[in-house]
Amino acid sequence: MIVPRAAQGVKVAAADAGARAGIGVSMWQRSRQLVFDAVGLAVAAVMLFPIYWMIATAFKPGREILTLTPTWFPSPITLQNFQDAITRPYFLENVKNSLIVVGVMLVLALVIGFLAAVGAARFGFRGRTAYLVMIIAVQMVPLNALIIPLYLTLDGIGQVDALPGVIAVYLAAVLPFMIWTLRGFVANIPVELEESAMIDGSSRFGAFWRITFPLVAPGLVATAIFSCIQAWNEYIIAYVLLSSPSNQTLTVWLASFTTNHGPEWGPLMAGATITGLPVVAFFLLLQRYLVGGLTAGSVKG
Amino acid sequence: MGLAISAPDLEPSPFLSDDAPTRVQQRSKLFPYALIASSLAVIGGILAFPLGWLVWISFQHYGLKELIAHQGRWVGLDNYRTILLDPLFHQVLIRTLLFTFACVALTLVLSTLIAQLLLRVRRLVRVALMSALVFVWATPVIVSVDIWQWMFDYEFGVINYLLTQLHLGNFIHHNWFDNPIQGWGVVLVIVVWGAIPFVAITLFAGLLQVPGDIVDAAQVDGAGPWQRFWYVTAPMLRPLFLIVICLSTIWDFGVFTQPYVLLNERPSADYFTIALYSYRESFGVTQYGQGAAIAVVMVIVLVFVTLFYVRETVKVAEIA
Repeated sequence: MIVPRAAQGVKVAAADAGARAGIGVSMWQRSRQLVFDAVGLAVAAVMLFPIYWMIATAFKPGREILTLTPTWFPSPITLQNFQDAITRPYFLENVKNSLIVVGVMLVLALVIGFLAAVGAARFGFRGRTAYLVMIIAVQMVPLNALIIPLYLTLDGIGQVDALPGVIAVYLAAVLPFMIWTLRGFVANIPVELEESAMIDGSSRFGAFWRITFPLVAPGLVATAIFSCIQAWNEYIIAYVLLSSPSNQTLTVWLASFTTNHGPEWGPLMAGATITGLPVVAFFLLLQRYLVGGLTAGSVKG
Repeated sequence: MGLAISAPDLEPSPFLSDDAPTRVQQRSKLFPYALIASSLAVIGGILAFPLGWLVWISFQHYGLKELIAHQGRWVGLDNYRTILLDPLFHQVLIRTLLFTFACVALTLVLSTLIAQLLLRVRRLVRVALMSALVFVWATPVIVSVDIWQWMFDYEFGVINYLLTQLHLGNFIHHNWFDNPIQGWGVVLVIVVWGAIPFVAITLFAGLLQVPGDIVDAAQVDGAGPWQRFWYVTAPMLRPLFLIVICLSTIWDFGVFTQPYVLLNERPSADYFTIALYSYRESFGVTQYGQGAAIAVVMVIVLVFVTLFYVRETVKVAEIA
């Protein structure tokens, strides 16, 4: 896997410094490594603490949450907060809305994105470079700034406070990234593979379906998961466009929790855990594409 | 091209290129256009068209009456004149710029340090640190705001407890949002905490591609760790740094959710960012024209950053 060149660098540095200071090389190297490892673990702990605190609070009974001297581990463990959160008004409706929004958006995005990626990767046509530059540039349009015209447009056609409007906006938001990333995947597959399948008697479509498509599948999975996460996490558009509580999505429910219920930290943390859980699960699935895949939208071609 | 980012050719494979027309192209020159048509329709209709309309609305008076009639009233540059004379707007614009700068700088410094650390720790620690970063990265913004709101709670928040225990002062019942400077500090912590994983992991991936022998050569020539980073590694990562800075600037400049949700959807003017101010003007006091003008100013500031970003990306991807 990753064999960092630093390992060699450290060895050289250690030998160098060790020889100069007259300390045993391995001693110097070991203590230096120990410091790095300790700092690394400390950083990991600091970064993770808020997430730990959310989960710990979610499992604590109320009296252990509202205390001036916090306890570090929940004991006894209780599921009361989760039950509270789930039985709150609109929770289940909003979970359903979130799932609908993400699902419909995803199917549309995959079809449209895949077609466009094949078009941009496999064919030369006039305006191709302009199209690709547009795809990069449009990723930078701040959705926050578009809320007003989007709201007024949807208001004009009576689609405010309805899911289709939100789905359309999310679709447009994830599409550029999807096309750009998938284009890279398709372009990396040599056309010669398809050609040889065609020589062996396959139709052009058959060659594409049996050869190219399976090779692009990891790209489809990666971009699909990434789009899911983005749509699941989005807040502002859903908050502005969906006004009635039963039509809102989970993030809107969660954001207005303290406003509507006062600071009931236990159920809030339980709700936050439920909202974050699918995302974390998806992210772990995505992990092996993270480094190469996500920056591919911005860095790689 | 210093950085070994493998950029697949943006030209189509020669088999299908312009100078060797294939059967497919002969059959229909329109086929590729058919493939990209739906994406053009969605992006054009839902991103490009509203952007144009935003500019159009910013020249109109568009209040409650106009909202009901679905028809704005043309007022020329009035909205812009109003915001340019509005001291609150100046304050909000400067605050947003300063906040963006602080966030981006802090994110970049901490992420670079973490990326360097990832290179140097042993394998097991690297896996632990990477996993921690991925978990933070995966945390939805709303969830993170809720968590930090709880941790910074004035009464039972764990942070006040810890700070008091560490004898950094008496933080019992300390309300972080009474003083906007402290409140913005909390927002800064939330934004930077959430931004570090992407930047750190991206920079780490870049660092792995810096050829080791060049760094070692510099070391043999007597360069210290700081010099090695500044004169050897950093220049090689320049394109990556530029892209990360552009993206962070764009994200942080548009900050809305963190202050808005943190202050229970009722932030005072002290907590306005430009995105929040635009939102308040349009959806809070139904002055959509005014809000649109503010949003246009926001877009104009970002266009400069975006142009820079597109130029760098195009360069890295070798389109041009």
